[in-house]
Parts: sequence; structure tokens; C-alpha cells
Amino acid sequence: MRGKRMGKVPIKSRSYSLWLMILPLYLFTLLLVAGPLIYMVILSFLTRADGWGIVNKFTFDNYINIFDPVYLNTFVESFRLAILCTVLIILIGYPFGYFMATLSPVWKKRMMMLLMIPFWTSSLIRLYGWIIIFRANGTLDQILMGLRLRDTPLKLLYTYPAVVVGMVYALVQFMILSVYSSAEKLDWSLLEAARDLGASSLQAFFTISLKLTLPGLLSGVILTFIPSMGLFFIADILGGNKVVLVGSLIQDQLMKAHNWPFAAALSVVLMLLTTIVIFLYKRITHTTEIEGVG
Amino acid sequence: MRRYRKAAYLYLAVMTMILYLPIVLVVVYSFNESKISSVWGGFSLKWYEILFRDKAMFEALKNSIVLALSASILAAVIGTLAAVGFTKIIPRSKGIVEYVSMLPIMIPEIILGMVFMAYFAMLGLRFGMLTLVLAHTAFCIPYNYMTVKARLVGMDKSLGEAARDLGASEVRVFFDITLPLLVPAILSGMLLSFAMSFDDVIISLFVTGVNINTLPIKIYTQMKTGVTPEINALCTLILGATIMLVFISTRLNRFHAKAQPENGERSGENDD
Amino acid sequence: MAENILQLENITKSFDDTGVLRGINLSVGHGEFVTLLGSSGCGKTTTLRIIAGLEVPDSGRVLLDGQDVTDIEPNKRDVNTVFQNYALFPHMTVAQNVAYSLRLKRVNKQVIEKEVNAALSLVQLEGFGKRMPSELSGGQMQRVAIARALVNKPRLLLLDEPLGALDLQLRRQMQTELKQLQKRLDIAFIYITHDQEEALNMSDRIVVMRDGRFEQIGTPAEIYDYPRTSFVAQFVGNANIIHGSVVGQKGETITESTLAVRSEHIQLAYCSEGGSAESVENGLCATITQKSIVGGMLRIVLRLQDGTELTATRLGINVEYDVGDRVSVSWDAAHAVPVDKESQDGGE
Repeated sequence: MRGKRMGKVPIKSRSYSLWLMILPLYLFTLLLVAGPLIYMVILSFLTRADGWGIVNKFTFDNYINIFDPVYLNTFVESFRLAILCTVLIILIGYPFGYFMATLSPVWKKRMMMLLMIPFWTSSLIRLYGWIIIFRANGTLDQILMGLRLRDTPLKLLYTYPAVVVGMVYALVQFMILSVYSSAEKLDWSLLEAARDLGASSLQAFFTISLKLTLPGLLSGVILTFIPSMGLFFIADILGGNKVVLVGSLIQDQLMKAHNWPFAAALSVVLMLLTTIVIFLYKRITHTTEIEGVG
Repeated sequence: MRRYRKAAYLYLAVMTMILYLPIVLVVVYSFNESKISSVWGGFSLKWYEILFRDKAMFEALKNSIVLALSASILAAVIGTLAAVGFTKIIPRSKGIVEYVSMLPIMIPEIILGMVFMAYFAMLGLRFGMLTLVLAHTAFCIPYNYMTVKARLVGMDKSLGEAARDLGASEVRVFFDITLPLLVPAILSGMLLSFAMSFDDVIISLFVTGVNINTLPIKIYTQMKTGVTPEINALCTLILGATIMLVFISTRLNRFHAKAQPENGERSGENDD
Repeated sequence: MAENILQLENITKSFDDTGVLRGINLSVGHGEFVTLLGSSGCGKTTTLRIIAGLEVPDSGRVLLDGQDVTDIEPNKRDVNTVFQNYALFPHMTVAQNVAYSLRLKRVNKQVIEKEVNAALSLVQLEGFGKRMPSELSGGQMQRVAIARALVNKPRLLLLDEPLGALDLQLRRQMQTELKQLQKRLDIAFIYITHDQEEALNMSDRIVVMRDGRFEQIGTPAEIYDYPRTSFVAQFVGNANIIHGSVVGQKGETITESTLAVRSEHIQLAYCSEGGSAESVENGLCATITQKSIVGGMLRIVLRLQDGTELTATRLGINVEYDVGDRVSVSWDAAHAVPVDKESQDGGE
């Protein structure tokens, strides 16, 4: 060590190798995320060629066509379904997540693991389970008929309610986990303090717990509302042709009608709607933060 | 609060049961002798036998595994390098690149599928494993990037400095110190990516080639045409594998959380 | 071999427009134990990091053994650091931690083993090689950090408040051990602390730092007995700062002056009745306002006629005076040190 010559490596040179580290992400994002999305917007302004493919002719037709009542209706229907599902998910998922946070640590872990299994299980498998339940003479019918509540099968498959159940089931765990992570950080002594000051359990809940778990609730809404607008395969399988969502519409236009520009336009609109929802969400959470909550 | 406790437990119990109901049914009926699910024909393993002989199914399974592995490994490399790189240099474009790279999991899958399909067609790529891997990697990267980034934020900076002080170059610091400590996060990100890729239906449907089937696609198409209990058997096996994975990953998490402290052992004063 | 192992010339450094170091100069001789003493935020850690190469100064030079290393990366400097939070690699064993720098140099395995064992026995941790950092106590981690830094046999070792997290007993013990180690290995130590007792005990020289400048550099005795500024006087030990004027024979004011008198040098005597308000006999008239026991010593607070408060300390806890007594305060002229004359540069 003694008398060793000091190397002369200037400190600035390290930045080049660091650029190399982030380069793959830059490239990938540019070519495989930004690129396709930009192309989609461009595509939505082009025209569909007779037969197959696209013609490079600029047009607004695709967007104008969206205002056709049939298509508008699809959007509205999808929206309604998404809202309905989200509301149900809140009603079912919020209590679940909240109660879960009140469990003892041991049970919390067990519950978490119990939740993880369906969470990781392929959505198709769980979907299939519902087919078994809903189909004519399926499990549900068997139970109902067995209990003599009905005489004929309730053919719930391929109906709107089936789709709703399927969607709620598929997405509720996002809400549960979201609410849970928020509720878990709750300081329970606040509730006790409220009760001590005279609030009933219900009042304590609404004034304190709800406000403090609002962030979890809201992010759960985002995590469920947006996918529910696009999860067409659930509607497809459980609803058949009866329930047509924007998702199925887009798929049809692409695969069957080969009208790519139109499909692109539909997608752009759907994306805009989604962005608006996210934007609203950010606004709401921002204001709740300013109020000092969450 | 006390009296509500019982009601709360009841609620949780009932809901959990409902949560598991479809899954349980799938498993139960996979052992059903009869082809029609509503009729119980007796316990039988015949659907499993048929499953094992179904070459197409194995082909699809193999494809899914290869795809999920490729995508998660690729995503892990890209995501980890970027996450670490961004701790050292912060170009002005960092925010927007981060945001755009996250888009694939924020956009509804149907749109993503459609977008990739049109894009790949425009580029003239042949639809097949390549397009599948590219598309899957796109939505796997965010998972990896986020998990690694979260771990990096909690990591003790002085470890890298100590290594440099002892004579390590930046490259050595990355391999000797940063990477080993990131392994749990990288693995957890990869696990998540693998699961997301393996389970994907919609995007795969759009970007797959004529000859390639992934497992979810195969299951989906069969569900639409006519269901054979063979699917039940398949689902049951996948379920078994999932349960095992969940067990393993929770064990891993606990082990690593114990062995490695997040920040330095004590919080001394900071800048002096 | 240059005359000094370390030379800092006019180092300045700012972070985000806040000046942290404002022109510091320092020479450290071979085998010297120098302590940077100051409170939080004064810039001592930054100085250390600049010496180690973990920060680059805005201006100025760092010379190690005569060579300009200002622009050279930390891994290429013959300096090692013991970090404040030890920074032991959690995924490596103790032995692997200590061996790390040797492995980087691709030293022979047997030599590594020998050196690691030597380093561990130096810090009295023989046999700890196979343990993981998470299994060690604070004091043990401390020693591993030291062993790891020493195995390189650097000529200069930097220590950033290494004993801060240890309890008092352990700290005192480690102070002695470290000092002995340093003398034995004949390595120059640059040591950071905010604990003046530590500094006084261990150092060959102390650098009192404040706001990015060196207030005073000197041996412990010099710093203690001849502080140059009121800050130094009050930071190290207890001092009374007294403003006054030098008065000539005829009562004319010659100059303003500020004196520092250590509280243990304040003498008390009974005030005889009568006498002027200002001074009685050879002292100043004061009233005792407080009497308490601090650190095994008696502490008396006095108020002078003009409101100035002075503190006197005494060994033992018994004194014949009580709160409210009027006493005469005086001190030996030799113990009054003029301070705050010109402390612009903190150079030696």
C-alpha cells in the first residue's frame, strides 16, 4: 500500500455507463409504448380500405360514426355497467377490507394468504366456476330447485346479472386490498376517543374511519372502475351476445369487421374517458389531502 | 364496537366462502365422472387422463411458460437497470419516461391489445412468439420497475459509499452490493410479472399468431365453444401450482425481511 | 513521502446555494490524531467526505501525501472511512466484509485470510468471522467497521462520529482502545465528534469548526487554556465571557476587550460591608442567584451589579455560600484569556 501511485480517473466519466443503464428502458418505452399509442391516434384518422387494410386518407369519419346511436349506446351501457359494478364493489369490498384490518395480526396474515390465492388464480378459472354455477341446471339452479324455491331452471347464464356478478367477483379484491392497506394504518384509538366524547359507533365510523380510509377507497375505485370498462371477455362469456360492451365492440371491429381505424377511434375515446376519470380522481385526492385527510 | 365484532367476522367468513365457491366447484367437478357438470357421476380421474394425453394442451402450456419466463426476465433486466440507473442520474426526461412506461398497466387491456396488434401489423412483424413476448414485456416492466424502485428508496446509501471507499468501482458496487440486496425485490417483481403474463388473455388474443396458443387462449376458446371437464382438471392443476407459489413467496418474503435491515443500523445525525 | 499526509487548501463547498464550507485549510502530519469538533451542521462530515472523495469541492485542493487528489475517485484514494452508521454489508459475513477491499485487489486467498484474522484480532473480535452483521451488537459492528477500514493499511483513516450510538461506558472504553490502536499502527486519524470530552481525550490536535469555518486549531491544552474566540471558549468546557475595557492610569479607556474565564477559575470571597457598588477589594460585587449540582461538581450562578451572569464551578458539593449572599468575584489574571480578536481564517 505504501507508495502506491494514485490512479487518475476523473469523477465525471461515470455518467456514460449510467446512461447505458437507463437506455434499455428509454428505447423500449419509445418503441413499444409511445410508438404504438401514437400510431393508434394516427390510425383513428385514417380510412378503412374496401376489403382489407387501410388507406392513407385522412378523415374524421371514424369519430363522427361514434356518435351513431348504436355506438353511443354501447358507451353508455359500458359506463353504466362500470358504475354499477363499482358501486357494488364498494359495498361489498369496503367492509371486507375494513373488517380485515380489525383482525388480530395472526388472522391478518392468514386472511391475506386466503385472499392471495384467488387473487393469483387465473381469472379464467374463476370465471369458469361461475359458468358452472349459473348455467341451466347448474349449481345455482340445483340449490334453488332443491330448496323448492323454483320449479324451472333460472338460466342465469347469458344474462346481465350474471355479467355483473362476474365483474364484481373479478375486481372486488383490488378494492379489498386497497381499503385494507389504508385501514391497516388507522389509529384505532381515535375511534375510542370519539366514543369517549359521545359519538355512537356509527357516527364514529362516518366521521373518522371513513374520512381516514378515503384514500384507500378512492384508489380502489380507480383500480376497479377502469378495468371494468374494458374487461370484455367476462361480458362475452357470461353474457353472450346479450351484453355488448365497448370492449367487445372494439374486438368485433378489429377481428370481424376489420375496420381498424374505427376500432382505433373507439379506443382513443375510451382512453380519453379513462384519462378524465383518473384526472378527476387526482383532483379529489388532492383536495382531500389539502383538507388534511389521508 | 364489541357487538359488531361478531357480525364483522361473520361477514368476512361468508364473503370468503363466496370468494372460494367458484374455485371449489371447478375442483370438485374435475373429479366428476359425468361429462355434464350438473350430474354427479361418481369420483373419477378420467379427465386428468385425457388432459395428460392432450398434446395441444401441453403445447399451449409450454408456450405460456416460455412466454411468461421470457417476458418476466426481459422486464426484470430492463426494469432493474433503469431503476438503479435513475438513482444515479436524473435527467429531465425521467418523469415522463417513467409515466409512459407505466401506461401499459393503466390502459384497459382491450385497448392495449388493439394498439399492439395494429402497430405490429404496420411494422410488418409476423405474429407469433416474438410479438407475444414484446407485448407481454411491455406490461411486465412496470411491475418490476416499481418493486425494485421501492426497495431502492429504502436502501442505505452509505453501503455503496463504503464499498467505493474500500476501492470498488461503480460497476463493482452494482454487482457486489446493490444487486444482491435487490434480489428479493427483483424476484418478487418477476413473480408478479410471471403471473400477469401467464394469466393474460386479452392482449395475447390480439397479438398471437395463427399457430401459437397460450394456455389462457386455449381455455378461453374452449370455454366459448363447449366445455369439457378436461378444463376443470387443468384448472385444478393450475390452482395447485398457484397455491404452492403463494406459499413459497410468503416464506421468501419473511425470510428476507429478517435477514436484511432496510436503512443503516442506527440513525446518526445527517449532514454535518 | 511528503511532509504532511494530508493538506487541504482553501476548500469551499456549497449545496443548493447554501455555503457549507467557506474556505478551510488544514495540514495533518503522519500518524497524527486530529479531531474535527463542532455541532450539527457545521460542515465536519462534508469535510471528511471531501477528503474521502465522496464529495468534490467547489474550489480548493486536496493533497494526499503530496499528491493532488481533488479530482480522483474515492476508490482510488489511499484513504479509508469508518462510517457513522457502520455501513456493514448486510449480505456478507464479518470476514467477507473485512476482506472486501482485499478481494477487490485480487489478493491471494491465503493472504486475505491471514490479513482478515489479523485485523479482527486487532479489534478483539477473533472468531467472529462467520457471523452476519445482523447478529452483532452496536459495539461489535463498530469494531468490524474499523477492522474493515484498517485491513487496507491506509496511511489516513477517517472516522465519522464512530462512537455516537454507543452507551457511555462502552464509549469511554472504545475511546481508549481507538487511541491505543492509532498509536500502535502509526496511522493518521481524522476523527469527527461533537463531544468535546472525546476530543480532549483522544486528539493530538483539535479543529473547532463552526459554520463551515475552522475557528481554531490547536492541541487540547491550547484549545482549553487559550481559546481564541468566545465560541471556542464556550464550546469546550465552561467559560464566562466578560466584556470590559482596559482602563489606563488616569481612568481613560484604552481599548474594549472581551475576556474568557473558565468557571473553575472564578474565585469567591465574602463581601465586606460598605465599599462601592462596582468593585470591592479586588473583585466585583455579585449576588448568588443559583446553586446546583451538575456532573458531580457544584455550580454557582452569580449576578453582577450590571446584570451580567457568571458561572463558577467547584469540586465537591459543599460551599459556605448560599443563594442570596453577596460575594466578591475575582480571578487570577493569568486565567483570563482575551478572545474574539481576529478569527477570520481558521488557518493554522
